[in-house]
Amino acid sequence: MNRIMSLISGLLFGAGLAASGMTNTAKVTGFLDIFGNWDPDLLLVMASAVITTLICFRFVLKRSKPVFASSFSLPLKTVIDLRLLLGAVLFGIGWGLYGYCPGPAVAAIVYLQPVTGAFLIAMLLGMFIASKIPKS
Amino acid sequence: MIDFLWPIFGGVLIGLSATVLLLFNGKIAGISGIIYHAITDKTSVNRKQHWFFLIGILLGAYLFHLLSGKALPETNDNYLLAIIAGLLVGVGVKLGNGCTSGHGVCGIGRLSMRSLVATICFMLTAIISVAIINSIIPTGAL
Repeated sequence: MNRIMSLISGLLFGAGLAASGMTNTAKVTGFLDIFGNWDPDLLLVMASAVITTLICFRFVLKRSKPVFASSFSLPLKTVIDLRLLLGAVLFGIGWGLYGYCPGPAVAAIVYLQPVTGAFLIAMLLGMFIASKIPKS
Repeated sequence: MIDFLWPIFGGVLIGLSATVLLLFNGKIAGISGIIYHAITDKTSVNRKQHWFFLIGILLGAYLFHLLSGKALPETNDNYLLAIIAGLLVGVGVKLGNGCTSGHGVCGIGRLSMRSLVATICFMLTAIISVAIINSIIPTGAL
């Protein structure tokens, strides 16, 4: 059952990314270009996604456990440290440079453009490099 | 459909996707983590679930374009830019434990201050990054 629900969640996610314009790098950089030719459309994506989770998560997290699992697996970290800030800063720079964050880059595989593969391989390499950095 | 309805429709689907994963599997739909664990978790029982999610993303994007008839977006063929950006995104999401989905959509959805701070941080640097790249390379040249 967990696998079927993962597949359904992934389906909704992929369709949402494609529908919203998040898989279009020119659209994403246009949205981030607030000092230039700003395209506000993706603000609606962020807003509607966050409003949906704000409403739905309230009800979901009132349950004692998920439907098909024994407990919720939520991140336990609450500390705002240098690692978090540095990570967010680097991620932001990379996102702005090309226009892909991880989800849309995966969804864009279906457009069959080799440059998407180059981005994804570089991203995986970046993850492995970062995983070697000691946590302290 | 009127143009501005697509982003709203897409955003709601993304929010519902995260809700389905949390309600049924108890998991946060953080894509960077899912990708990383799908590849590195050799023993985890969750590994297959991660792969099902990733396959779902591909199917979802494919089916959306097939059913809606919406044109596929053009890609930017600047490989150097894509590779540098990919490396930065990879290092950044691993260090910061999340990306637009995990921190932005899910983290804020469950009122995590850590995620809110991360989201503000990467939104700001992404905006600065675009401003700088557009001042170096004229718009349209990429």
